[in-house]
Amino acid sequence: MLNAAIMAAEEGSNPLIPNLWELLVTVVGFAVLLFIVFKYVMPAFEKTFAERTEAIEGGIAKAEAAQAEANAALDEYKQQLVDARTEANRIREEARAEGAQILADLKEKAAAESARITEQAHVQIEAERQAAVVSLRAEVGTLATDLASRIVGESLADDARSGRVVDRFLADLETSSSAGASQ
Amino acid sequence: MIALALPAATTEEGFVAPTIDDTHYRDILPWGGEYGVLLEGGFGKQMLLTILSVVLIAAFFLVASRRNQLVPGKLQFLGESAYGFVRNSIGKDIIGGKEFLKYVPWLFTAFFFVLVNNIFGAVPFLQLPTFSHPGSAYGIAAIFFFLWVGIGLKRHGIRYFKLAVVPSGVPWYILLIVVPIEIISNFIVRPVTHSLRLFATMLAGHLIVTLAGSAIEYMVMTGNILLQGTSVLVLVGSVAMYMLEALIMILQAYVFTLLAAIYIEGALHADAH
Repeated sequence: MLNAAIMAAEEGSNPLIPNLWELLVTVVGFAVLLFIVFKYVMPAFEKTFAERTEAIEGGIAKAEAAQAEANAALDEYKQQLVDARTEANRIREEARAEGAQILADLKEKAAAESARITEQAHVQIEAERQAAVVSLRAEVGTLATDLASRIVGESLADDARSGRVVDRFLADLETSSSAGASQ
Repeated sequence: MIALALPAATTEEGFVAPTIDDTHYRDILPWGGEYGVLLEGGFGKQMLLTILSVVLIAAFFLVASRRNQLVPGKLQFLGESAYGFVRNSIGKDIIGGKEFLKYVPWLFTAFFFVLVNNIFGAVPFLQLPTFSHPGSAYGIAAIFFFLWVGIGLKRHGIRYFKLAVVPSGVPWYILLIVVPIEIISNFIVRPVTHSLRLFATMLAGHLIVTLAGSAIEYMVMTGNILLQGTSVLVLVGSVAMYMLEALIMILQAYVFTLLAAIYIEGALHADAH
């Protein structure tokens, strides 16, 4: 039975004999598809692949350029920072020196001023003392003369004489006062 | 065969297995070829499917590659992946060098032509892997046979035949044996196996599905409750075979293209082998 079934299958057409029409359709179909792939599909895909590769490589190159630029800028900024620090230090030093100079000048000027004021005061005092001496001398003379004339009742109106008396008196006075001072 | 032998042995009339002829639909137009006959018959389903496959593949890849953008859309990505697979995994890896790109369209066309035509066998209602017909398998294998022989002749001139069949560094008395073997192996067995491998796997898969289908039909129609119950097993088995066949369909497309690439590489570098 089984053999009969297999025999029945074998009695059919030989599966290895090709149908030439089918062969022709397959070959022509393949050729048409191959033409389309060669003409349209492959160039389109290869173009996209090439463009994509280019875009990626271009992107990498661009990124590298940007990195280099950033590094250069960083170096420049660092250099500028160092320069600025140096400059700031220099200015600070200068300011310090200048400040010290100004302080010294001011001190000197103040000292000079005080000396000048002191000197002026001395001169003024001296002048006032002289004026006081002169005025005292005049007044003391008059007062003493008046006093003496009242005491002795003698007219001492004679100016020449009284003048001499006063001078002598004063000279004695001075001598005694200076002697007292020197003691 | 077991599934078919069981009812055949237990019933009076017996199960008549479908012949290969039964796996083919009648012709659509009354001209062209009858199956198993060289130049007779009509325009059949097989031819229609072959033409359909060309239209489908061409349409898909033309649309997928139409607007090529640096950042691909879904369709373009799918097309690029498919193209890139054949280009890199088969073309670049096997042929290599700078010249592989010239042969990528051949490999690409072969892979998707064979793949889609095989997959037709797994699509309900179409249910016919076109390469289960020998004409198609012979045709496409012949194309590649002429391609790689042509490449060899173009590259090495007439010396190519010597390079292909005379291995270097072999003593003359061994050559007496080796040269005929090489001639048979390279120029006869190679194209024949290239076509038969594809044709036979597709026909076998197609036949198994047909056998299972007719066996189930027969078992259900007997009215025998035991046979009707057993038909469920056949159904499960046929689904498993269907899955296996689907895997083989993809695998055979890959194997066919891979071998084509290996033959092309062999012809290009015949002097190095």
